[in-house]
Amino acid sequence: MSMRVEITLTVNGERVTRSVEPRRHLVDFLRLDLGLTGSHAGCEHGVCGACTVRVDGEIVRGCLVLAASLDGADVTTIEGLSDSGEVADLQAAFVARNAAQCGFCTPGMVMAAADILRHHPEADRAAIREHLSGNYCRCTGYQAIVDAVAQTLEARR
Amino acid sequence: MSDLPTPESIGLSREDLPNSYIGRSVPRPNVPKLVQGLATYTDDVLLPRMVHAAFLRSPHAHARIAGVDARATSQVPGVLRVFTGADVAKVCDPWVATLDHLKGMKSAPQYALPLERATWQGEPVVAVIAESRAAAEDGVAALNVAFEPLPAQLDMETALAPGAVLIHPELGDNLAFTRTAEKGDVAAAIATAHKVVEATFVTARHTGVTLEPRSILADYNRAEGTLTVHHSTQAPHMMQGVFAKQLRMEEGQVRVICKDVGGSFGIKVHVYPDEVAVAAIAKVMGRPVKFIADRFESFVSDIHARDHRLKGRIAVDAEGKILGFDIDDLTGIGPYSVYPRTSAVEGNQVVNLCGGPYDFANYRCTTTVVLQNKTPTCQYRAVGHPIATAVTEGLVDLAAEALGMDPIEIRRRNLIRDEAYPFTSPAGMRFEGLSHHKALDTLLEMVPVARIRADQAEQRKKGVHRGLGFASFIELTNPSPFMYGIGGARISAQDGATVRMDPDGSVVVLSGVTEQGQGTEGILRQIVAHGVGVPVERVRVITGDTQTTPYGGGTWACRGAGIGGEAALQSAIALKQQILAVAGAMLQAAPESLDIRMGQVVDKGSGRERMPLGELGRIVYYRGDTLPKDLPRELVQTRHFITKDYPFAFTNGIQASWVEVDAETGMVTLLEHWCVEDCGRVVNPLLVDEQVRGGIVQGLGGALYEHCVYDDQGNLLTTTMADYLVPMSAEMPDMHIGHVETPTRESLLGAKGAGEAGTAGAPAALMNAINDALRPLGARVTEQPFTPARILRALGRI
Repeated sequence: MSMRVEITLTVNGERVTRSVEPRRHLVDFLRLDLGLTGSHAGCEHGVCGACTVRVDGEIVRGCLVLAASLDGADVTTIEGLSDSGEVADLQAAFVARNAAQCGFCTPGMVMAAADILRHHPEADRAAIREHLSGNYCRCTGYQAIVDAVAQTLEARR
Repeated sequence: MSDLPTPESIGLSREDLPNSYIGRSVPRPNVPKLVQGLATYTDDVLLPRMVHAAFLRSPHAHARIAGVDARATSQVPGVLRVFTGADVAKVCDPWVATLDHLKGMKSAPQYALPLERATWQGEPVVAVIAESRAAAEDGVAALNVAFEPLPAQLDMETALAPGAVLIHPELGDNLAFTRTAEKGDVAAAIATAHKVVEATFVTARHTGVTLEPRSILADYNRAEGTLTVHHSTQAPHMMQGVFAKQLRMEEGQVRVICKDVGGSFGIKVHVYPDEVAVAAIAKVMGRPVKFIADRFESFVSDIHARDHRLKGRIAVDAEGKILGFDIDDLTGIGPYSVYPRTSAVEGNQVVNLCGGPYDFANYRCTTTVVLQNKTPTCQYRAVGHPIATAVTEGLVDLAAEALGMDPIEIRRRNLIRDEAYPFTSPAGMRFEGLSHHKALDTLLEMVPVARIRADQAEQRKKGVHRGLGFASFIELTNPSPFMYGIGGARISAQDGATVRMDPDGSVVVLSGVTEQGQGTEGILRQIVAHGVGVPVERVRVITGDTQTTPYGGGTWACRGAGIGGEAALQSAIALKQQILAVAGAMLQAAPESLDIRMGQVVDKGSGRERMPLGELGRIVYYRGDTLPKDLPRELVQTRHFITKDYPFAFTNGIQASWVEVDAETGMVTLLEHWCVEDCGRVVNPLLVDEQVRGGIVQGLGGALYEHCVYDDQGNLLTTTMADYLVPMSAEMPDMHIGHVETPTRESLLGAKGAGEAGTAGAPAALMNAINDALRPLGARVTEQPFTPARILRALGRI
């Protein structure tokens, strides 16, 4: 495992260059190499969605993408999304509806919900549930999350 | 000041008063950081010189450990050290998980890492310490451990049979615990009943699947002789005691810090051997050691639960009056009872809770708790409740069917009357005040039963099979020392809160209860703001640090609001009185004539503002010379609370489930779900509602999807989230929550627990709904999870 790959990419608008092991997945890269601890490793096999981040405009599982493959990529994490203000209304709705309990799924859930806001502004409750069905939340009954997303979509219309 | 406060005098549940926060849906202060990814979970904590642990886990259900060859591991880049069971045992004592009040209970000593035998597949056997987790895993892969497989005892049904493999020969057999509760004459009731129906129920082995895995970062400081443990736990003070005892330290030398916790559900209130090993290794190495379980490790080493088989009978008279229940419960708990709460409690709860909502005379329930070579089981959200509720409510529905009676009607005829309290159940549980009939009435206002039944009949004609099911339940909350303390466990049933006012007039509360997402800190903030008389924004909450918070039990068994909340309320009221004493001296007014509203000292009668708290703080902290010499001015108060009159504060509720069953595929679609629950005083409806919904989903998941499946060699087959299915948003229905409030009179606040109600009742309501759908097809399911295969088998399709 001594081989390393040098990558230069944009993370939350900042250019970073790092030398990574080929086996390093994106969520470990973000957490361990860049200190961006908002993305969480929940299952590391692409089921739970806690590591959801945006790469080149599309949401991906941070645990299923190797950092070595991201030379030149544009990555946005929950930290960058928050700083940009893009989903401030969605985050406020999460707070108002108590759509987060332990919060471990929440950054991934917000990333996935932001994707609905960008690409599916007409989504109804069933479509919201379907779009978020790759993000596991053990605490809420999902209903408050669906409420928060639906309320944000409604307010933006 | 001499008048004792009452719920009325302090304005509980009155929203027309200023700073009246109890009963209001105030957003939680924790959520902004959660939605921005700025929380601090244990894995987010980094310390200088930190190293990482990975474990080699037993690949066998039962095996002798013949030898550990770590030569290749020591050559792996980044690997620092390898620890075997014998290495760890030099600094760490084993534990035995029994409780004195569970008569006859037995278990064997459990070491952090086993010395001679591995007793379940996934048991941690050897620890590798390295500069990174990845390097530690490389080191594990290079280990050569000689296992000699032994015959394994897997099936709980044969655990006590002649010829069974003895998990611990020194115990004599595999029986960990048995208890029978008996009241009245069950045999006579059954002999003389109009109808007796019986069935066998199976509740599947589950696990919690907290999204944040178990996490620990232990740091030993040789100069100070102190161990600081950053831990994802529900019970920091309990763990402080455990680490001290097992590592031969004084409790005062151990500090447990618990920042944000990514879900717990009972999973994180137990002592795990790998975590204790990490603390021991930190002590040996004198540097911080981190261990974060990966998902595979979580499935094989987090506690499992609910692996029960129950044979039940119910006897009813011709009017549908329940004459008695006769229930035989069998459960397998793995090779060790889990420390310190023990693995006998779930079975014991089944004995305590069966038949719980009903008024009947004759009861017999036996639990038999046996050892086996599978992952240890222990307390998991709603301990025993979903099991007892499934057998009770399943039998009640079968009785109704046998009588040709409506399921609502049989419940109405048998639920304990709302006027009957205090009431002692046949199992010996004492109920201070429940509201089964009011809850049922409230539910029927929410569930459009007539419309649903009409729809059901209409859909039947088209070959669409829908069903409506009900489940009443009781829930045990606010446990007293009768739960663990009397059995000898150092688990605190009391809890404390310290409330102080700082110079700027802001208020800080330090509490022994903990936050894992339930909203503990949110409700403490509301309670203290209400009690002192300040805006919620002026209250900060500190939990999860044994060095700074008052000693307490933490958050489990639905005690956060009821116990921790009451301690906070009492200390807030005491602080208010102290502030008013100082204000009286400053304003030359009788303290009784003053009040605090929204951070201002006011005339109680007129509400006229006299002084902001910031000004009072300025004088007390910086110009104490201007106050009368003998005036007490400690703007800090601590109160502790423990329940005294009842061993437990029971709550109650009822759920309804409306489902569609596809008779061709066996798939169940959840259409709608309702729950009415009575947790006493509701501090924050927004929090309670979504917590109940989360509990319902956890119950529905267990009843439909979740199952720890083993092969015949004792290998766990469901070790990824693609194999162990959990409920996701697309499959879950919208849920309607209603409340009845019967405050407990044991406390001023009157709050009981709410966190487990959803999980307690949902599986039974769902089972009854599925069976309501299947009834015309002559099929019935009683074995969870209700998978398509089981439903198709019940229908005779496969």
